[in-house]
Amino acid sequence: MNLFTVIVLGFLVICAIATSISKNLLVSVVIFMAYSVLMSIVWMFLQSPDLAITEAAVGAGVTSILFFITLKKIHAIRGNEEEDAHDK
Amino acid sequence: MTNKQPSLLKRFLGWMNDDESTLDRELTQRLSTPSEESLRELSPEEFDAREAREEKQREDLYLAEQEQFNRIHNWATHKGVAVLNWVYRGLALLVCSFIILFLLRTAVALPPFGAEDNPYNNEVSQRYIESGIQETGAINFVAGMILDYRAFDTFGESTVLFVAACSVIMLLKLGDHSAEHPSAAMLEAEFDDRHHEPKNDEVLQLAAKVLVPVILLFGFYIVLNGHLSPGGGFSGGAVMGAGLMLYLNAFGFEKTSRFFTYKLSRWISYLALMTYAGLKSYSFFTGANHLASGIPLGIPGAILSSGLILPLNVCVGLIVMCTMYTFYSLFRKGGM
Repeated sequence: MNLFTVIVLGFLVICAIATSISKNLLVSVVIFMAYSVLMSIVWMFLQSPDLAITEAAVGAGVTSILFFITLKKIHAIRGNEEEDAHDK
Repeated sequence: MTNKQPSLLKRFLGWMNDDESTLDRELTQRLSTPSEESLRELSPEEFDAREAREEKQREDLYLAEQEQFNRIHNWATHKGVAVLNWVYRGLALLVCSFIILFLLRTAVALPPFGAEDNPYNNEVSQRYIESGIQETGAINFVAGMILDYRAFDTFGESTVLFVAACSVIMLLKLGDHSAEHPSAAMLEAEFDDRHHEPKNDEVLQLAAKVLVPVILLFGFYIVLNGHLSPGGGFSGGAVMGAGLMLYLNAFGFEKTSRFFTYKLSRWISYLALMTYAGLKSYSFFTGANHLASGIPLGIPGAILSSGLILPLNVCVGLIVMCTMYTFYSLFRKGGM
């Protein structure tokens, strides 16, 4: 296990903890995206490029976008709220 | 009581069917026959005294109940919440530590990573590695495994995905958005979407103009090269779906519906699913009866090789692309 692997695994753990303890939902989703990207690098280390591609496309891309839309629908993104208040 | 009580099950069924004959006979009798005291003729004084006695009894009972209720209520509001909190925390701690210990115990019991005599180093994986290329024609072992050796598992997985897509559509679809008379919920969703849509963001549009063709091409490359290089139908389809989502985000529903409508995506999904099911049924039928399938495997490494894996990959890729895009538009405004 070389240094780079250790660093990536360490960041993975940090991201996992930060996702669950961050107060802002938007920040949580962004950290979760970072987690997915790191996870796809870990899959490369484990010699499964198939999973790496899928993780990067689904985990970091599609899932996060769906999370973003859901946050927008429930008005959990702060910028939207201010905009709404301004419009009214 | 001369006749026996019917069994519990019979009484329950009778109760369910409103059958009075099976009700609790003793109770019915006691309620319907007046007591001896009430039958006796009472003088007015006696009657008053009895009334007063009963009134007193009722009042006492009421006061006692009130006191008990107050005691419980006070306890619950002052101490009960704290106690329940402690119980809750204690139980949570207990359950969490149990799960952690259990998982750690399992992790410790696992064989060392990459050791030679691990259980996964058996004749099955050896067979895949030694004769996978001759038997499936796919250079990418993973594609050969999931779409040839273990195609039945993959078929089950696709069923799970299909059911998930169906439930999402059932939950989120609001109706046909191209219809002439949209419902109030659809209009509201439409307005909400227009309101929040990126308002002709030039940076986003330029980025999308450059990136979308590349992303779509890359996704298609992953799908077509599924049997030669890492990737395959699912990941390639997800990449293509993400490209379509980016286009939709940058240019909106109107421009996207010029080339990709709900109807088209539905037809692509139907046809791809039917092709998948047909091809796989054929290969299951021939494989189960030890018949030659008659599909040439080709030269390993060529783009047109490995028998059914290439068309199956294309089918899976198209389905996943349509599903991703449909999910996105359903989440956004409940339709396309």
